[in-house]
Amino acid sequence: MPSILPRSRIILLAAVAGGFVATATPVEAQQPPTNPSPSAAPLTAPAPTPATAPAPVPAAPPWAQARPDEAVSANLAPVVPPPIATAPDKLPLSKLKLPKNFHIEVFASGMPQARSLRVGDKGTVFVSTRLLDRIYAVTSSSGRPEVKTILTGLRWPNGIAVHNGTLYIAELNKISKIDNVESHLGDAKATVIYSDLPNYEPHGWKFLVVGPDNRLYFNVGAPCNICMPPATNAQIRSINLDGSDAQIVAHGIRQIVGMDFHPASKVLYFTENQRDWLSEDQPQDKLNRVLNPGKDNFGFPYCAGGDIEDPIYGWGHSCSEFTKPIAQLGPHTAPLGMRFYTGQMFPASYRNAIFIARHGSWNKSHKIGGDVVVAHLNPDGTVKSIEPFITGFIEDNNYVGRPVDMEFLKDGSMLLSDDYNGAVYRITYGPQRQVSRGQ
Amino acid sequence: MLHSLAADAGLSQKLAPCIVCHGTDGQSQTENVPSLGAQQPQYTVIQLFLFREKMNIADPMTDMAKGLSDDDLQAIAAALAVLPAPRPPTDLGDPARLDRGRTLVEQNHCNVCHRPDFSGQNNVPRVADQREEYLLKTLRDYKSGARHGYDATMAEVLQPLSDVQLVELSYYLAHHR
Repeated sequence: MPSILPRSRIILLAAVAGGFVATATPVEAQQPPTNPSPSAAPLTAPAPTPATAPAPVPAAPPWAQARPDEAVSANLAPVVPPPIATAPDKLPLSKLKLPKNFHIEVFASGMPQARSLRVGDKGTVFVSTRLLDRIYAVTSSSGRPEVKTILTGLRWPNGIAVHNGTLYIAELNKISKIDNVESHLGDAKATVIYSDLPNYEPHGWKFLVVGPDNRLYFNVGAPCNICMPPATNAQIRSINLDGSDAQIVAHGIRQIVGMDFHPASKVLYFTENQRDWLSEDQPQDKLNRVLNPGKDNFGFPYCAGGDIEDPIYGWGHSCSEFTKPIAQLGPHTAPLGMRFYTGQMFPASYRNAIFIARHGSWNKSHKIGGDVVVAHLNPDGTVKSIEPFITGFIEDNNYVGRPVDMEFLKDGSMLLSDDYNGAVYRITYGPQRQVSRGQ
Repeated sequence: MLHSLAADAGLSQKLAPCIVCHGTDGQSQTENVPSLGAQQPQYTVIQLFLFREKMNIADPMTDMAKGLSDDDLQAIAAALAVLPAPRPPTDLGDPARLDRGRTLVEQNHCNVCHRPDFSGQNNVPRVADQREEYLLKTLRDYKSGARHGYDATMAEVLQPLSDVQLVELSYYLAHHR
């Protein structure tokens, strides 16, 4: 199998943490047990035997061909975030591990499904939700973080961005804004600026970021696990801040839940989640960058993980036709939020490195991901190494939390959202724990 | 002890209006009202939450869930989960139709998330021996978008299915043994 990274790097990466890069040899220990002749065996408790012979199973529709019959034995189902937040004293802080001299504390809790994070000029922390209908704001005017729900009735408002005092919100099928939002936390009203978006629910949630060109960038995900997407989907688009002049920035993208621009080169980087039901250990989720806006095609649905022609759509295609990822981030690990670190609090080696939150797998018998990793870059913007940063969200093959997105406060400390517990944590660096902002 | 007795009394008071329609023994005798016995508690909490937050507007549930606390949702879900699972109908069903339904279930891998015995898991509901007309309405509503799921899974998996196939799936699940 072709590898996108030099051999030395593979060894380095494989050594630091499991599941970042495909190794050259199959990991047999992780293969699921073979289910003996599953197609012949009845999958349910035998009903009264019908008089007629079973009908032949017709060819499955394309998306369903992706789910092998054997998967019935694997007890896999998407993990959804609970609608009720975890009580502050039950949060899994004591289970989380960080490098030396980094500290983690609860910044704010009681926000079911806390997802994307953005910080306003006056210090308000905005927190979105994916499957709920609301946006939270955390203010600290009294010295203790205080959570308010500022908007409800939204349709999957995962994507949020703050720019020049305006909060932008990307829902399933529209993008809206609230000017001067930090003065309107009690009476926030959103005005729609863009609604030329499909209504498909699968991968309908969006990530939103304002680019260095003062345009809004967002994804329109593939409306399926694996399919030939409509022309409106599987892409990154950008629009002006008033919603005008929509352009396609990149093509062939399955789903994105994290994008950021390199602080120096201004190149757009993004995490991409790859298809399910191909196998336990393939394909790899990806870290990509857009060097050729408008032209780059990342391969969906023809090529998965940057190195596997899709068994359904890959015929007649080669992965060499498409823009390669700059790193593979592990199979099914679901890398979501990613941010370049530009703050002053963390050691200099973290400057312009990318923090990536791996939400964690569901389509894999032994869960992996459930951590925050840090990608250090070479001067040319390629990936030098990837190391674990926060681990411990998986315990006994179950989640005790799921990291989603990060943002940084003015002091350089990191905020991290956990949609499984409905909480936001704060990570600081120093020989001593920093002064707590209240829990 | 006194406290837990009081809590139990409070809970049975809260459950009383539920079981009028949903059935005292976990099995609904009312058209278009689902049986809730042995339902997965995570699923029930999510559904009650969606009603309470008006994210799923469906009379009378939107009203019934109004004012319930998070603890209430969890207590009600836990109480329903220990009621008996709904029983299959005495009618064994038409073997040819059951066969078609079983084929659809295998082809669409309903039995992965809902489990081979359709008892569900976590946020994925028990659907075994659910009321047939309720199953059909739910499947149609998920497919058309009239009912939004908590996530997009059902909207996605139902896209390729025809209405005739939804009828056969409902028949099969309602007659599950």
